[in-house]
Amino acid sequence: MTARVGVITFPGSLDDVDAARAVARAGGTPVPVWHGQTDLRGLAAVILPGGFSYGDYLRCGAIARFAPVMSELIPAARDGLPVLGICNGFQILCEAHLLPGALTRNAALRFINREVRVRIEDTGTPWTADYAQDQEITVVLKSGEGAYVADPATLARLTAGGQVVARYAGGNPNGSVGDIAGVRSEAGNVVGLMPHPEHAIDALTGPGADGLGFFTSVLRSVAGGLLVPDGADG
Amino acid sequence: MTADTVPHAAATPEQPQPYAELGLTGAEYTRIRELLGRRPTDAELAIYSVMWSEHCSYKSSKVHLRRFAESAPPSPALLAGIGQQAGVVDIGQGYAVTFKVESHNHPSYVEPFQGAATGVGGIVRDILAMGARPVAVMDSLRFGPADALDTRRVLPGVVAGISFYGNCLGLPNIGGELAFDPCYSGNPLVNALCVGVMRHADLKEAAARGPGNKVILFGSRTGPDGIGGASVLASATFGGTDSAKRPSVQVGDPFTEKLLVECCLELYAAGVVAAIQDLGAAGVSCATAELAAGGGSGMRVELDAVPLRDPALGPAEILMSESQERMMAVVEPGNTGRFMEICARWGVLATVIGEVTGTGRLQMSWHGEQVVDIAPGSAADDGPVYRRPIERPAGQDALQADDPARLARPSSGPQLRGTLLSLLASPGQADKSWVTEQYDRHVRGNTVLAMPEDAGVLRIDEETGLGVALATDGNGRFCLLDPYAGAQLALAEAYRNVAATGAAPLAVTNCLNFGSPEDPGVMWQFSEAVRGLADACAALGVPVTGGNVSFYNQTDAVPIHPTPVVGVLGVHADVARRVPIGFATEGASVLLLGRTAAEFGGSAWAQVAHRHTGGRPPAVDLAAERALGAVLTGAAAAGLLDAAHDLSEGGLAVALAECCLSGGLGCQVRLPGDPFTELFSESAARAVLAVRPGAEQAVADLAAEHGVPAQMIGAVGGPSLAVTDTFDITVDELAAAHTGTLPALFA
Repeated sequence: MTARVGVITFPGSLDDVDAARAVARAGGTPVPVWHGQTDLRGLAAVILPGGFSYGDYLRCGAIARFAPVMSELIPAARDGLPVLGICNGFQILCEAHLLPGALTRNAALRFINREVRVRIEDTGTPWTADYAQDQEITVVLKSGEGAYVADPATLARLTAGGQVVARYAGGNPNGSVGDIAGVRSEAGNVVGLMPHPEHAIDALTGPGADGLGFFTSVLRSVAGGLLVPDGADG
Repeated sequence: MTADTVPHAAATPEQPQPYAELGLTGAEYTRIRELLGRRPTDAELAIYSVMWSEHCSYKSSKVHLRRFAESAPPSPALLAGIGQQAGVVDIGQGYAVTFKVESHNHPSYVEPFQGAATGVGGIVRDILAMGARPVAVMDSLRFGPADALDTRRVLPGVVAGISFYGNCLGLPNIGGELAFDPCYSGNPLVNALCVGVMRHADLKEAAARGPGNKVILFGSRTGPDGIGGASVLASATFGGTDSAKRPSVQVGDPFTEKLLVECCLELYAAGVVAAIQDLGAAGVSCATAELAAGGGSGMRVELDAVPLRDPALGPAEILMSESQERMMAVVEPGNTGRFMEICARWGVLATVIGEVTGTGRLQMSWHGEQVVDIAPGSAADDGPVYRRPIERPAGQDALQADDPARLARPSSGPQLRGTLLSLLASPGQADKSWVTEQYDRHVRGNTVLAMPEDAGVLRIDEETGLGVALATDGNGRFCLLDPYAGAQLALAEAYRNVAATGAAPLAVTNCLNFGSPEDPGVMWQFSEAVRGLADACAALGVPVTGGNVSFYNQTDAVPIHPTPVVGVLGVHADVARRVPIGFATEGASVLLLGRTAAEFGGSAWAQVAHRHTGGRPPAVDLAAERALGAVLTGAAAAGLLDAAHDLSEGGLAVALAECCLSGGLGCQVRLPGDPFTELFSESAARAVLAVRPGAEQAVADLAAEHGVPAQMIGAVGGPSLAVTDTFDITVDELAAAHTGTLPALFA
């Protein structure tokens, strides 16, 4: 049996179908998870997909962070469940304090949909294990509030701890500090990524298949091929 | 609040009513009194004023639009046609596709962001009401001069509004148009297209049947937004007091629309919807009247049951409100429980506001008192029909006689080089990424081609690869010079664009943007354009499935160029065979299909180099278009092509530059005739191909079989677009000219 990977649908989630397709393409079994559900049993990993949860009203991710499913997800993530937040999912994970920092308005104040080059700088997470260190991949950026920010102390800690998972390689598209495109939790099991790997799973509908590695990585990791690195103090 | 009741209206025949302020003529008001045998109540007057507006009733266009149905080519693919919310086409494998384009021109000028945003929302609900899942949108945009101050207000607002609404709704934006002309100053054209997919059995109709069935209003609460939008905004020419109309523009909430879409699809799947209609222009008036008229039934509605955002609204205002994100369903009593459960799951407010009756009357009450009692068909179907005066404009002959042959032409290599670079940098031909990057084209993961390709291509079935291609085109300059030929050229270009991706063209939708129908010259343009389009559809074998008319696109006495925007839908048996425009294979042969003559009337060159619009548009040859389409589709299906690009504005030169820019490789070509004509003429029925190495003979044979002239003009490769003995421009230099313009103007 292939691993069951949950994909959460919040009201306003949009790329849930794409995330589920990517999981299936990688060989896993995608499982729809409704925002009102509080049972995550049997799931080997969970993806928070892109979109505009609750219309992004108030602040991106600020309302979704309080959805019933998050009351289960937050402790499960702290216990080591592999969690990937893409775009709006990244914003939700930041709002939930599972990841440091925040996503703000793009520098140009406009939504950007563009194929971008991204360098994978940490292959130690369950979501990036199938990439080579510093491998450059092409994925799809599509966001209005994708500029990553964090205070200087947090940034120093992220850099020192190797928590920057990915950086923009072909120019900074949105004003993210340090060209940061993705970060991980200290323990490494929670990853947030602003560009969309699920939109890069074949050359027919995207720029190629570079994004598939996130999904094959997690399937291999949960099958026992990779140990989640220990966090210092959770 | 005391309402103007039916008995009160009957008892007070002399009470003056504000019919003129609501956009009705004296004759129309008299006709309403005759229909009712009394004066209308305020609520009834509200219904008639919006339902009989130009926007809703098509009163000036109806007599002409009949041509589309009368001369439609027989098409077994057509499942629902003109008169429905949107046409529905069978694309095989049990799938049906529905698509439609609609204008939101006036609201987008008054309030660009919300006007354009709600234009997207409205067309999406039209598609949803047919029973389909909306799967993509496109936008056809026209503005005043790119460097005009007001364009800097309108264009960024319109683009941001489309981006805001479409992206949040989760629909990929896969193509469209962007054009500039002084005639659109003060009258931008914002035409939004949506396409949806369903199984044949899921087709829904807007017909309330079965007395006792419940009428349910669901979605957003009703507020004061857009009151009178249909009659005041869409049906009257702008004067000098635009700001006074601001409250008539609606405000969009795409998050609610997303929930409404998913909720409707779940309601359909559960089988609890007997009939459905979206609420757009004319809101509750239109939905109740059309549902009741469509089913030949009656309907009883309690207007005070309508959930309100503003409790001060009275019955007339509720009837006219154009609050967004609302739908109306007819549901059997036994299914209402399940219906409400599904709505609750999606957090969508749903309220029973009435029921279907067998009376044949549309009757509405307000706190127990009757305020409406009319025959629904009198509002929905029996509006006034005008045969407006038609007169060929006095200046038309002079316009056509003003041949561009008199204009100075470039002839030397450096001159031709400069001409191409200036065309590529002109706002109409420049790279549109500044606009299209603001739209999500990837969401849902089925976008196979999107802008700047010739057509948007969507995968419909992941197993079989079945898909559709969509293109919209229009050319106001060609239509000004000759509206009959211009409309045909718009159709031919969209047909060619769809075929260039490898799809077989199947059906047509249109959005007819014109000036005031009360101007006989405009009515002549309209009548000619409709006649041209109907004749061309018959010749190309593609039926018009539906469309939209937008009149009164003029500021004071000056109308816009007649601008029919034509959308063509085609089918791909397997989207893996789609053909992009980019030159990406070194050594591929470059083949020019079609016949080139010196045709510069209304051309991009005449406009950009000389600000000249005169003469005659390129000759129309629909048999040649059809043959070209067959070659493009056949060659793609056989896997013979690396790239294909239709020739239109800017001719071969601009097309080759776009192929090089998209694929990143240059090409070396040798031109047989006069270089200027070969490079910049806009003769129709042409395309340029990059043929897979080894497939040259097969493509030549295919072209010969269909009688399409084919010339091998060169090969793909190298760092530049090189025309032998004429010029050599590196791809980098082309890119610099192409990409700088819009960011410099709008960023």
